[in-house]
Amino acid sequence: MIEEVFSIELPVGERLVINKNRIEGKDPRNKRIAIVTGIHGDEFEGQYICYEMTRRIMEEPDKLSGTVDIYPALNPLGLDNADHKIPKLGLDLNRMFPGKKNGTAMERVAAAIVEDLSGADMCLDVHAGDIFVKEIPQVRVSEQFADRLLPYAKLLNADMVWMNATATVHESTLTYSMNMLGVPSMVVEMGVGTRIDRNYGSQIVEGIFHLMKELEMWEGSVGESRYPAISTDGEVDFIRSNTTGVFLPVIAHNHYVSKGDRLGEIVSPLEGKVLEEIVVKKSGLVFTLREYPFVREGSLLARILAGIGEK
Amino acid sequence: MHKEELYRVRFPYREDMVIQGFRFGKGDPTACILGAIRGNEIQQMYICSQLIRELKELEMNGCINAGKSILVIPVINGTGLNISKRFFGVEDVDINRDFPGREDGDTTDRIACEIFEKIKEYTYGIQLTSFYMVGEFVPHVRMMETGYQNTSLANLFGLPYVVVRKPSPLDTKTLNYNWQNDMTAAFSLYSRRNDTIDDESARQTLSAVLRFLTRMGIIRYESHSGFISHVIMEDDLTDVYVERGGIFRGLVKPGEYVRYGYPIAEIRDPYEGFIKEAIIAPTSGIVFFAHTEALISQGDMAYRLIHRLHQ
Repeated sequence: MIEEVFSIELPVGERLVINKNRIEGKDPRNKRIAIVTGIHGDEFEGQYICYEMTRRIMEEPDKLSGTVDIYPALNPLGLDNADHKIPKLGLDLNRMFPGKKNGTAMERVAAAIVEDLSGADMCLDVHAGDIFVKEIPQVRVSEQFADRLLPYAKLLNADMVWMNATATVHESTLTYSMNMLGVPSMVVEMGVGTRIDRNYGSQIVEGIFHLMKELEMWEGSVGESRYPAISTDGEVDFIRSNTTGVFLPVIAHNHYVSKGDRLGEIVSPLEGKVLEEIVVKKSGLVFTLREYPFVREGSLLARILAGIGEK
Repeated sequence: MHKEELYRVRFPYREDMVIQGFRFGKGDPTACILGAIRGNEIQQMYICSQLIRELKELEMNGCINAGKSILVIPVINGTGLNISKRFFGVEDVDINRDFPGREDGDTTDRIACEIFEKIKEYTYGIQLTSFYMVGEFVPHVRMMETGYQNTSLANLFGLPYVVVRKPSPLDTKTLNYNWQNDMTAAFSLYSRRNDTIDDESARQTLSAVLRFLTRMGIIRYESHSGFISHVIMEDDLTDVYVERGGIFRGLVKPGEYVRYGYPIAEIRDPYEGFIKEAIIAPTSGIVFFAHTEALISQGDMAYRLIHRLHQ
């Protein structure tokens, strides 16, 4: 059932509306899982996950025990404009939680989201990479809540679980706020901004059914699940550009590389020459790779999960 | 005056963004004044340019005291100013949410890090800055409640108000917060406007900076004594939110006294022109901030009032 979570009257003939789809199974009060996405308006991967979760549950509704709440668009104005932030304000909605009931319009939106999610038994916040880099399917959890979350994170059929990736799990984010309120919450991230990778999405959907099975919410069959690489920040090698130009990778995303391998080059289209050769310094899995070609000094080119070999 | 390059950012198809510093006097790093960190802080850049003009003259007349050095950085985000874009680059990053930066981080981390390294030794740090919401302020000095804030010093600017803000997690990456944590006495000065030049409040802010430098024994300059500032905790301001979206017609301006129960704004229907909501002053006091955009959404802040203060 489609339910309106919150709305704000915009100036000219329109409302900003946050909707959710509540799917109730045999025992709606058993447990509740919330799948939220679209906090960043340029990240579309969660759209497929919302669609596919609903489609598969509706195929076998009698296998569901409990409640699944699907929130496909927490930042509808951003999604409409492929804007990472809140249009016009230029603020990141995922830095406004837990919000304020009597605050500004978007603080009220954030507070309403938190209130609606409160009491859930699990919350998954689905993100994509931004428009600059592509990510393998991964779960990000704060080290602060790792003991509680890691067993669940491993079930999500992700390629990797990254603990303490500070930027996405720190204070003021939705998952941090929900964890502080006692709702186990994790960030799922995959793909690249403004695109949908159906294979990645299907992989994570399978994982969510595994998780629901563990929570005794799903009685249907589930497919094979992989065991993710578990990493901490210390094992992640960031490769950044030292020059300005156009980045041309020579390796594919989600591949293993060895120390000394060429990762790519930065070229000058104006001068027709290579400005910088990018060479791998630590062997491991390229789990992040730049998609957006223009780079400046400091631009992130790749992240390598060091210390693990090819499976 | 000594002009120096503080940092340079290269772009594939634009000229380098060169952050320039203008140094006056010789001796200990005493006062640093910063202008446009964002690409719409035109008023802030303008005030800095006028300050440089004044300091040049004062230096020529021997009015910079011995052993004192002043650094003025009028513009950080010049590339943004040239295309009327508040935040930096295609990544759309607010440099003022990136302090203290990282030397091995992305472009804005490196800008923040390099600049912070060069300004953190100063005894007094003055940032001319702006608010994320579009509107007009009563000119004031703002500081974070870090435990190191000194409102008595802020009083020496002679502006009408000093506001102390409890920092939220979002504030911990601002220059002001990091300056204070690094033992610089840091002040943020808010002029009336940002993206247009308002001569009257620019002159008032410029005088406030010169007055402060004089009172701290850095320059010799004759100026009016200014105000004995009224110190306000930001949480004590009365925020007035609107309950309807539409065309905003403000009836009072910053600095004006309003009486409890009197109308201070109206929201008109954008199609038929009737008054959808009359905004009534919830308290008597002085208007501290006023929304100035023509349109407003439900839940937006129309005014901030200084409760029970008379002119």
